[in-house]
Amino acid sequence: MTTALIAEDEPLLAQALRAELARAWPELQLLDSAVDGDDAVERALAGRPDIVFLDIRMPGRSGLEAAEAIVEEWPANAAALPLIVFVTAYDQYAMQAFERAAVDYLQKPVQPARLAACCARLKDMIALRAAAQQAPASSAAPGDAALLGRLRTLLGAPPETTRAASQDDAAAPPLTILQASIGATLHMIPVGEVIYFEATDKYVRVVTATREALIRISLRELLPRLSAERFWQIHRGTVVRADAIATATRDDSGKVFLTLRERPERLVASRLHAHLFRGM
Amino acid sequence: MPALDVTLPPDLPRSTALATPPAAAALFDAGHLWRHGVQVALANVAIAGLVSTINDGHFGRTLVYAQCIGLSIWLVIECGRWLMPNRTQGWPAGWHSIALVVGACMLGYVAGTTISDAIFGYSSWLGYLRQPRALLRDFGPTATFCAFVSGWFWMRGQARANRAQAAAAAHDATLARLSLLQSQLEPHMLFNTLANLRALIAADPQRAQDMLDHLIAFLRATLNASRQAEHPLADEFARIADYLALMQVRMGDRLRASTMLPPELGAIAVPPLLLQPLVENAIKHGLEPQRGPGELHVTAALDGATLVLCVTDTGRGLEAAAARAREPMEAGSGFGLAQIRERLQTLHGDAARFTLTAGAEGGTRAEIRLPASTRHPS
Repeated sequence: MTTALIAEDEPLLAQALRAELARAWPELQLLDSAVDGDDAVERALAGRPDIVFLDIRMPGRSGLEAAEAIVEEWPANAAALPLIVFVTAYDQYAMQAFERAAVDYLQKPVQPARLAACCARLKDMIALRAAAQQAPASSAAPGDAALLGRLRTLLGAPPETTRAASQDDAAAPPLTILQASIGATLHMIPVGEVIYFEATDKYVRVVTATREALIRISLRELLPRLSAERFWQIHRGTVVRADAIATATRDDSGKVFLTLRERPERLVASRLHAHLFRGM
Repeated sequence: MPALDVTLPPDLPRSTALATPPAAAALFDAGHLWRHGVQVALANVAIAGLVSTINDGHFGRTLVYAQCIGLSIWLVIECGRWLMPNRTQGWPAGWHSIALVVGACMLGYVAGTTISDAIFGYSSWLGYLRQPRALLRDFGPTATFCAFVSGWFWMRGQARANRAQAAAAAHDATLARLSLLQSQLEPHMLFNTLANLRALIAADPQRAQDMLDHLIAFLRATLNASRQAEHPLADEFARIADYLALMQVRMGDRLRASTMLPPELGAIAVPPLLLQPLVENAIKHGLEPQRGPGELHVTAALDGATLVLCVTDTGRGLEAAAARAREPMEAGSGFGLAQIRERLQTLHGDAARFTLTAGAEGGTRAEIRLPASTRHPS
């Protein structure tokens, strides 16, 4: 039995998509709809649907952020990752990104013909997966690699057009010094000394060999101002300086555990970012 | 997510055209210099004709003097205009211009007379020493014509600058209207509303019809807003009610909205869709991104002779909205606020004020204060 989850904050649109899906794909079993991004992550992880329809603009986490969280937290021993279809009213740049990443998306108002085509494609993909699982030689979920790749494209490269449109961003020079408060004192931390950044609720935690500090900036704002060669994003909430990593060990679930040269703690690279560690 | 307004730069190139009128630079190009020279030379011919008729009739000799003096004065003035600081529309500011013309007139007279004397092997200066009144007789017409010709050029420059300024202002106004239209016909809002409408047509035709009526009123108001300078406050509140009704259908229980307009304030004239961007911001940046329900209140009150319009929400507040606005995917927000300030400044100068503060119980409070007047063209 194929199951699907709809995440849409506008109640009428959620109902309408349910009704349209019931017509286009009567056998599809629909879980209770999620009303925002955070709800979508919870319901997806609890219900483990085969398909998730994610609205892009939602309260709390956006559809893209929800997709990232679902993929990262998806239990490794469970079935294959869900197929994700993004739904959007009008987001020029997001749609360009979807085209590039070859992710399926629907435009609101959802047209029945378009929805039928989308359902046909989803059915094909699910059939392919089932066939692959029958053949014992192949690894667990061949579709996952493709999905991870697409999602990576989508999340890793913010659309250049939007980047250029906000002039502040384009002008923002690469960071060299971080000004972080520890208690009442402002500490000047050279970016080169940072071992890793970790996103917390409102802040980003900056960790060096000898100290830790908080800076008031989101990881999403910080990332474009760091050198992508020196600093690797290994999880949606973690960015690490590449030359501070000592070892990387992959476990059965596809996660990669990192040890650091100058810190005792271990960091986790999520499945989405595990491709960074493949050996030469 | 970016709206269509991203395609317009947030800082429109307005007022740059006013700071340095294109005419100012053009005044000093070669074409202008050449044309001015010819005009001065022609004026000199006319002056020589007049002077020689009034005096003794030596037209040829008078013409040489007139050309030498006139062109000298003109050259000094052009150099002065080029060199002196604080030019506006090609001329130095205020009395500097007068000083320049007077100085150029005397200097040009001395130079021109000396050159002409050299041509004819004569010395006017010795003659003036013997007969000081002759200096007055010869310099008088020079000074008079110099004043007239300079004045004429000055006025022409002024007129050209005014035309350029008017063109720049018209350009700015068109741009402002266009961006107002773009910010109000936000595609994301439009398509989401249409999607809701599509859903309602099958499920609840009566509600669908009501929603369509609100959408029609909203669209008509948006399209008309760019053509009207002012409309009554009651109309403004009716348009906000339309917008809120649309949002109510879309957001359902998550939106609790109210408007409060004392009936006696309904006739006060306000710029059309002045409050609209504030209500839109409160929803887009305050309530929509927030999990769970939120409240939105739009109120009007009179404080003496000042109309106080208020939009308060219990959304995520200024800081969260600002942080989100900095993210690349959210570029383009904040544009509506600059536009409100600009519209108020244009209409009421410093008499109007717009403030955006944190609300008493979280959320955001936007307040517009402007002089209350009941005149409105309609």
